[in-house]
Amino acid sequence: MFYKECGQYGIGIWKCPRFLFVIMGIATITGMLATFWSFRAYGASPETMIISVVLVCLGIFVPGTFMVRSFEYMAEANRMKTEFISIASHQLRSPLSAIKWSLNLLLEGKVAVLDKKSRQYLETMEQSNNRMVKLVGDLLNVSRIDQRTLKLKKEKLSIIEAIKGSIHILQPAAEASNVKISLNLPSNDMETVGDETYFDMVITNLVDNAIRYTKEGGGVVSISLAKKNNYARCEVTDNGMGIKEEDQKLIFNKFFRSESAKNRQPVGTGLGLFIVKSVIKDMGGDIGFKSSEGKGSKFWFEVPLVE
Amino acid sequence: MAKKVLMIEDEQALQQILGDLLTSEGFEIVQAYDGEAGLAMAKSEKPDLILLDLRLPKKDGFEVLRDLRADENLGNTPVVVFTNLESAADIDKALEAGATTYIVKANYELSDILAKIRSLLNNY
Repeated sequence: MFYKECGQYGIGIWKCPRFLFVIMGIATITGMLATFWSFRAYGASPETMIISVVLVCLGIFVPGTFMVRSFEYMAEANRMKTEFISIASHQLRSPLSAIKWSLNLLLEGKVAVLDKKSRQYLETMEQSNNRMVKLVGDLLNVSRIDQRTLKLKKEKLSIIEAIKGSIHILQPAAEASNVKISLNLPSNDMETVGDETYFDMVITNLVDNAIRYTKEGGGVVSISLAKKNNYARCEVTDNGMGIKEEDQKLIFNKFFRSESAKNRQPVGTGLGLFIVKSVIKDMGGDIGFKSSEGKGSKFWFEVPLVE
Repeated sequence: MAKKVLMIEDEQALQQILGDLLTSEGFEIVQAYDGEAGLAMAKSEKPDLILLDLRLPKKDGFEVLRDLRADENLGNTPVVVFTNLESAADIDKALEAGATTYIVKANYELSDILAKIRSLLNNY
């Protein structure tokens, strides 16, 4: 009951103010009783007993109260932050849609005939706006994950279809970076249970990262899918810049971007892999990677197979 | 004869953009800016298709949807729910209340929306 609210925000039980308050109460009472009994065993006078019991009680209770208060304050700050992200991004969506569609109309030449320069500017606006739409979408997903309100559908979906769909979308970007995509898919389809939109997002994210962080001049990204016990294992391997050893344990943290990633790709929020991991975990799967700096990375995930 | 589309949407900018698009594609447009006016217009104008936002002043989209489905003349009119509410719960609720299809604004290009409207009008 006192843990419910903390559970809702994903705060562990030993960091939950209300739970700690109860523990502190128990500790205070135990301390008082222990003092009382031990003083009585030594035959101390009633006055000494009363004073020591009160002192022990105050000694535990007063600092304890301040500590719990400070925890509560921090938890509140964290909750406000999540709520702020959620409200701000919701409010941003409508105007962003209006901008996106206005640009759609203008670029289709339905409003006026465009000269070359105007078209260029409008295309720049469209690209920037698309980046904002994606950022706001990512922020919303993160706030939903933090508030435990991200409800993913549980539908049967084809893993091969998802991989092919993502590659179709990313092919132009791969060609632009001179990256060859090599596929190694089984002939029989594999099916898992999850939310199609988010599962597509997982694969697109991993492949997109592999393409983005290839070395200057191009490379190869290979995608393989195979059955492993009752799981489907998908691997995305690149021969790009790799991830520094000290950055490896932080890579799935939200907002984390390594220095070398920032140097190579100024655009990016550090939210992609955090969302990807949450989605895979929600599907009952697991995700990980192996990487060596300068040689490349291999990201893999496993999701349960269904008949 | 031009197909008639009713748009129930409180945001001026979106009304303007979609209105221009649909008019230029040869549709006839009627517009309402809140739930009550939308419902009244649906009854008087008898549109071929309704675009419906969910967060609306006066009467929210879910209620409008239920009232539309209860009306004998509008029970079969395709209704495209058109919103930024995208949780699975909201989508299910809208489909249960009788929405024909569901568009999350932020995820769609204008051309996708047009294609969806076209295919719905051809099927009905």
